[in-house]
Amino acid sequence: MDLRRKPRVGESIIQGFLFLCGAISVLTTLGIVYILGRESVLFFASEEVNLLKFFGGTEWQPAIGRFGIWPLVTATLMASLIAMTVALPIGLCVAIYLSEYAPDRTRSILKPVLEILAGIPTVVYGYFALTFMTPLLRGILGRDVVEIYNTASAGIVIGILVIPLVSSMSEDALRAVPGTLRQASYGLGATRLETAVRIVLPAALSGVAAAFIVAISRAIGETMIVAIAAGAGPNFTFSPFRAAETMTGHIVRISGGDLSYDSIDYNSIFAIGLLLFLLTLSLNVLSQWIVRRFREEYE
Amino acid sequence: MTVAIDRPSRVQVENGSSSPNGSGRYAIEAEKMHVYYGEFCAVRDVDMKVPTNKITAIIGPSGCGKSTVLRCFNRMNDLISSARIEGVVLFQGQNIYDEDVDPVEVRRRIGMVFQKPNPFPKTIYENVAWGTRINGFRGDMDEMVERALRSAALWEEVKDKLQQNALGLSGGQQQRLCIARAIAVEPEIILMDEPASALDPIATLRIEDLMKEISEKYTIIVVTHNMQQAARISDYTAFFSVDDRRTGNLIEFDDTEKIFTNPSQKRTEDYITGRFG
Amino acid sequence: MALNQQETAGQDAGGMMPSGPAYHERVVARQRRGRAWAVIFQAAMLAGIIALCALLLNILNQSFGYIAIVNNIDPAELAVDGVPLDRLPKDNLVEILEANVSAGLMRRYEHDMPFAERSRENVHELILERVVEPQVQATWGLFDSLFVRGSVFAEAEERYPGSDVYFRSWLTTSFISKSQSSEPLRAGVRTAIFGSLWVVAITVLFSFPIGVGAAIYLEEYAHKERVLNRLIQTNINNLAGVPSIIYGMLGLAIFVRILEVFTSGAFLGVGDQSTANGRTIISAGLTLGLLILPLIIINGQEAIRAVPSSLRQAGFGLGATHWQVIWHHVLPSAMPGILTGTILAVSRAIGETAPLVVVGASTFIALDPSGPFSKFTVLPIQIYQWTSRPQDEFRNLAAAAILVLLILLLSLNASAVLLRNHFDRGQASA
Ligand SMILES: Nc1ncnc2c1ncn2[C@@H]1O[C@H](COP(=O)(O)OP(=O)(O)O)[C@@H](O)[C@H]1O
Ligand SMILES: [Mg+2]
Repeated sequence: MDLRRKPRVGESIIQGFLFLCGAISVLTTLGIVYILGRESVLFFASEEVNLLKFFGGTEWQPAIGRFGIWPLVTATLMASLIAMTVALPIGLCVAIYLSEYAPDRTRSILKPVLEILAGIPTVVYGYFALTFMTPLLRGILGRDVVEIYNTASAGIVIGILVIPLVSSMSEDALRAVPGTLRQASYGLGATRLETAVRIVLPAALSGVAAAFIVAISRAIGETMIVAIAAGAGPNFTFSPFRAAETMTGHIVRISGGDLSYDSIDYNSIFAIGLLLFLLTLSLNVLSQWIVRRFREEYE
Repeated sequence: MTVAIDRPSRVQVENGSSSPNGSGRYAIEAEKMHVYYGEFCAVRDVDMKVPTNKITAIIGPSGCGKSTVLRCFNRMNDLISSARIEGVVLFQGQNIYDEDVDPVEVRRRIGMVFQKPNPFPKTIYENVAWGTRINGFRGDMDEMVERALRSAALWEEVKDKLQQNALGLSGGQQQRLCIARAIAVEPEIILMDEPASALDPIATLRIEDLMKEISEKYTIIVVTHNMQQAARISDYTAFFSVDDRRTGNLIEFDDTEKIFTNPSQKRTEDYITGRFG
Repeated sequence: MALNQQETAGQDAGGMMPSGPAYHERVVARQRRGRAWAVIFQAAMLAGIIALCALLLNILNQSFGYIAIVNNIDPAELAVDGVPLDRLPKDNLVEILEANVSAGLMRRYEHDMPFAERSRENVHELILERVVEPQVQATWGLFDSLFVRGSVFAEAEERYPGSDVYFRSWLTTSFISKSQSSEPLRAGVRTAIFGSLWVVAITVLFSFPIGVGAAIYLEEYAHKERVLNRLIQTNINNLAGVPSIIYGMLGLAIFVRILEVFTSGAFLGVGDQSTANGRTIISAGLTLGLLILPLIIINGQEAIRAVPSSLRQAGFGLGATHWQVIWHHVLPSAMPGILTGTILAVSRAIGETAPLVVVGASTFIALDPSGPFSKFTVLPIQIYQWTSRPQDEFRNLAAAAILVLLILLLSLNASAVLLRNHFDRGQASA
């Protein structure tokens, strides 16, 4: 009778390989941090720029050595803000409708519609913004008010793009609220609306907040829509109807051209990329933190 | 590798002795065994010597650690990351929790049948053949499958549909298939955790008959919450109970007849007569 | 009216609850508000559906419609003995070509491929390209073309006198089978489709095994308490939220620059020697591979987690090793879920544009990619480039290319559904 462990080399090799597969994801992150960090350091090391000029300047003109990030940031924030104005109310209302109002059958028909919306490539949304939303805005507000390229139509379409994200995450949060809470509310004579808005929604609030934050992060990182519809060329403006270039739009335009390595242009897009990465990462981490808090409260 | 069915010699070893005493005749011996799930002590201080080629039943109130103890006997608790075991579990004189013991080898020797029938979503044939194949069986597979299915009293029912999916069988048939599957890898011991609790009375009866039949060749340890079942089929019975911290412990282990007619412990008697649990 | 009495009694007991008609009025008002909001919630849902419809209709609108064309030479003038150009035999076509282009050009054509070997269609095309030389003056959308035909013709008459106006579908078989061209009437997406297929093939080959492997590691082997494993898990969740353009920058720096020797094919001596650099299909495929890796892992984990543990126990109970249990039982059971998720991830990869712009898709190539070390363009890039051109006819091309892309994605998703059904049936009967 021999129960002794036999060397199982195959098993160990396989397990080692599987671990490496998992580790690749960590390497990806390290790669991102290293690449963005390294090029950014090179960028800030050059004499034309320093942190103060970068974060203090309102002009981004690489040709004449002006590297103030603000025009790109304001355009990004403006597009995201407009997107959220569209996506948050609509997404939340859709979520409430699907979770609290729609009969199961209706829900099973409507959810795929949102999934289709979520599965359409962003370049198609960009096309939609340029060939539909912009003419629509110009038709309504006047051609002299709205430029051909503008942040408003890009922002609105980004909003449409993230509606499915907001609604599906919010709906999950709403549906996770125990049914007993709803019954208790109805038992006190509350209407369906009062139950949905005063009882279920507050109970799911952190999940909904997490959805909102993820949506903001997604909007900030969205590229093709702004690259196509928002305009080419940094522009320090607060008018949503003027052309302005976002951080992502700028990266795409610069790298789409003939970019020579080790030039300050090349380095500069990595500095923008680093800012973008940190911004979206902190939003995502924040949203995960909120979700975790939420779980603890409910268990 | 000989086939289990061709090994009648061990039956005679046990014949003539009906008390769980004497050396060399224990299939498995637990000594001072404690089991923890994280901080929680689920079972403490179990000393239990399970005689070879007999049916031993484990009874006790729900949550007293019956399944836990059973899983300790073939290291299935390794799969639960929070589980931790102290003490010694001897199988053929060897502590299965020794550093250098391979749990895979242990489980090949000590098979298990679960509460809910869990056939693989494969053909009936493949369900029986798989375990032997991965353990390196080189003989005539068709013959081996037939023999295992015959031992599990399932052959007549499935011989014409060996290539059909096992999930198409009834619950009772599935459970007998699981027993056939366990038998096929030629274990010395078969652990059964409430093997009939998910089945109807007729299917239950067939499983019980089957257990008695195969107990001539295998040591069977069966967990059951059904005392009649324990009384009907087992040779020995172990009674577990819980203390006020919900920790299970072995109260009494003896001949089934003695446990059910003249238990030495008051708590056993209370449980048997339904005054508790 | 026992109810009323009770209510009054309740009020008397010291409460401030309104009762009787006052209470009734409140309920009516609350119900009214409830109904109003119910309408609003439904309207939000409707807005989503409308947005989807607008998007699709807009693309259809741009893919078909009237165009106004001015030809250098009217094809009618080229008719021989009353037989129109379209139906002339090859010999006549060659003669026409000879009569209208320079001798030098004829010799070049003959050199490229002797006219004896050219098909009638090929010569016909050359005539259209070199002799007729149609120029698009204006295009109209499908809805204008259908519903206000009169004004389309009137406008064409007025603004583009002498132009031919005819209905054109921008999405045709030749649009799919022809490669890129600067002439909108002859441009096609063949190169881009091949590019997309090549890139996605690399993406899948890279990310599927690694993604599934990582999922297996995290679900089956990793002790969740270990810091390292928790780090990997958190890291994957966060990677899924990194903007795709960042992956493009990673790909640019790592695959295109640092690993240029490999990704350009120089280490094998293959690849396009003239332009040998790392902006190749393999760089693009690996970049997208990293991009969808977190999606495949997360989805794979869910699929593996859904495998009932009874199956694992049954396997272990028979003395199987961990890998045997995984390979024979866990993976087959999880496979439908894993594959469905992979197809969704691949759909994402097929539609990705920004990272590939950064990695360096070619702006103009007319040659089919020949392998992983070729320069590349892909469908979304092609769409992006056409969309960025100010002329209407390129917008029409972009719309047609979008249709191709959407049809491709739709068939992928349909295959996911079919696959799933197939597996489900297989489980039940096999
Ligand atoms: N995987 C586990 N993790 C933590 N605690 C467990 C686990 N399995 C069982 N327990 C606990 O151990 C005790 C004994 O469980 P079990 O062996 O299943 O009892 P029985 O089979 O006698 O009903 C119970 O209190 C149960 O809650
Ligand atoms: Mg149990």
